[in-house]
Amino acid sequence: MKKVFERPRSLRNVPTHYCAGCGHSLAHRLICEVIDELGIREDTIAVCPVGCAVIAYEYWDFDCSEAAHGRTPCVATGIKRVHPDKIVFSYQGDGDLAAIGTAEIIHTANRGENITVIFINNGVYGMTNGQMAPTTLIGQRTSTTPQGRDVLRDGYPLKITELLAQLPGSRYVERVSVDTPSNVIKAKAAIKKAFRNQIEKKGFSLVEVLSPCPTYWGLSPKDACLRISGEMVKDFPLGVIKDA
Amino acid sequence: MAKIMMCGNEVIGEAAVHAGCTFYSGYPITPQNELTQYMASRMTESGGTFIQAESELAAINMVFGAAAAGARAMTSSSSPGISLKQEGISYLAACQLPAVIVNMMRGGPGLGNIAPSQADYFQATRGGGHGDYRTIVLAPSAVEEAWHLTHLAFDLADEYRNPVLILGDGILGQMMEPIEVVRKHLHGKMANHDMRHKPWALTGCKGRKPNVIRSLYLGEGELEELNRLLQMKYSMVKSKEVRFESLYTEDSDLVVVAYGTTSRIVRSAISKARQERLHVGMLRPVTLWPFPEAELQKLANKARAFLVVEMSAGQMVDDVKLSVLGKKPIHFYGRAGGGIPTEAALLDIIRDILRPRSRNRVRV
Repeated sequence: MKKVFERPRSLRNVPTHYCAGCGHSLAHRLICEVIDELGIREDTIAVCPVGCAVIAYEYWDFDCSEAAHGRTPCVATGIKRVHPDKIVFSYQGDGDLAAIGTAEIIHTANRGENITVIFINNGVYGMTNGQMAPTTLIGQRTSTTPQGRDVLRDGYPLKITELLAQLPGSRYVERVSVDTPSNVIKAKAAIKKAFRNQIEKKGFSLVEVLSPCPTYWGLSPKDACLRISGEMVKDFPLGVIKDA
Repeated sequence: MAKIMMCGNEVIGEAAVHAGCTFYSGYPITPQNELTQYMASRMTESGGTFIQAESELAAINMVFGAAAAGARAMTSSSSPGISLKQEGISYLAACQLPAVIVNMMRGGPGLGNIAPSQADYFQATRGGGHGDYRTIVLAPSAVEEAWHLTHLAFDLADEYRNPVLILGDGILGQMMEPIEVVRKHLHGKMANHDMRHKPWALTGCKGRKPNVIRSLYLGEGELEELNRLLQMKYSMVKSKEVRFESLYTEDSDLVVVAYGTTSRIVRSAISKARQERLHVGMLRPVTLWPFPEAELQKLANKARAFLVVEMSAGQMVDDVKLSVLGKKPIHFYGRAGGGIPTEAALLDIIRDILRPRSRNRVRV
C-alpha cells in the first residue's frame, strides 16, 4: 500500500505540550515538512523563542539555540554570519518579535540578514497567562485588558509585518494563517518560499502566521479558527505583503 | 620583532585577531570607540565578521549566536553599555558559551562621565546579571599586558566554556605605549578554537545527533544540577587560574592592593616611598575573579597593614577584607566619579600609615 502521510523526519516522535487547538503544533510540522522536502535538515540551525514555543527544540530534530527574550534575530544573525552556508531560521511569537524584540527584528530585517523568520501571531501572551500583546485586537479581552483593549489606554494593534515590509532590507514578507486546510497549504508554500529564498541567498524573509490560541481566547479550537477568519484577518489581512 | 605604538583599545583588537577572533559586534560608547573602529577594519581585512549592532543588547546577543556557532567572538563597551550587556552575559554563562567581553570603565553611576574609573568591579566580579554565575575577569595594567591578556582571555573562555571579561578603564584604552607583537599564544594550553574541537557547537547536525544550546531546565532538580556543575567549574577556575603580581612583598610592612591603571600610580608612589626607606610593597591582582585570596592570606601573616587603592568608592576592598579575615588593619583610599589618585596623595597616605603621627586616616 502506498504511504500518503507520515511524520516528517525533522519532527521528533514525541507528544508536545501545546494546548488542544494551538497553532504551534501545525506551524512546527509545516516547518519540518519544508525542511525535509528541501533536504536541509543537517544544515539547519534554529533559534527558539521565549513564550509557549520555548522548548521547540524538544520537537525539532536539528541543531537549535535558545535566545533571550526578543533577541532571537540577533542570535540568528550571529550564527548565520559564522555559517553563511547553513540555513538559519528564528521562530518567534508576537511578544518576542513585536514587543520586547521590536528593535532587533527591525534592524535584522533592515540589514537584509539572509535568514528566515517564522512569526507566530496569536494576539496574546499565551505562556504568561494571556496578557495583552502588541497584536491584540481593539476590544479583545485579555488578562491585562479585562474590559477589552482600549485604544486610549493601550494603543493600536501593531502591524509589525507591514512595518517590516517598508524596509529596503526585507526581501519577502507574507502573512498566512493556519485556520483552515486550504490556508494551511498556503502557509506551507509561504514557509517553503521563505526557506528557499535563504538557500538562494536572496536575503531577509519573514512569514507571519495567524495562529489560534483557544485557551486564552476563551474559545473552543473550532471557534478559535473561526475567529481568525471572522475577526483577525480584518486587522491582519492575509497575503503577500512584499516580494521584492 | 619591532615594537609598535598603539593605544590599549587597538591593541586588544589586534590581539583578538591574532588569537583567532572571527566575530565582533559592538556599539559605540566612549572611551572604547577605538576598539570598535579597529575591529571594523581588521575583521574585514582578516575575513571575519564585524557588525555595528543597533544596541548593546543586540551586540552581546549576536556574540551569543556566534559563540554558539563555534566562533571565537568578542564585544566591547564601557560601563553603561556593559550594564545592558549583562542580560547576554548571564545567558552566555548559563549556556556555557565562550566569549570575550571588554569593559573600558568610565565614571558612573548612570550616564556619569567619560573619565576613567574602576567602579564596575562589583558588577564584573559578582556576576552582574541575574542568577548564580561567575565570569573570569582579567585586569591589564599596561598596553603590552593587554596584548597578552587578550590572548589569554580567548583561551580561558574556550577552555572553561565561559565568558571572560577584560576590565580596563579609559586611561588604558586610550593610552599609547610601545608593544612587541609576538605571533604566538602565551597560554600553555594553546588556542582550542578550531571548531572541530567544539563538538557542542551549532554547525548543522550532519553525521551526529542535533546539538541544543540552552539554559532552560524545567524538570525537577535539572536546573539545580546545572548550577551544581557550574559551581564545580568555578571552583576549578578558582584553584587553577589565579594570577597576580607582587612587588617588594617579601619585606613589606604595608602591602598596597591595587589593580589596572591605579596600580601604576601606586607603583611610582612605592618607588618614592622606598627611597625614604619605607617598607611598602604591592599586590596587584591580574585576575579579579578568581581573586588572589590565598596570597593575601599569606601576606596577612607577615605585613603589618594593608592599603587598598581604587578608582571607586571602595569595591575591591571587600575582597581584600574577605581574604585578610580581620588579621590586620585595612586602609582604603579611593577616588570616585572619574577622579584619579595622585602619586603625591598616595605617598602621603603611605607615610602616614607607616609613621603614624598626625592626621586621621581612612581605615575600614
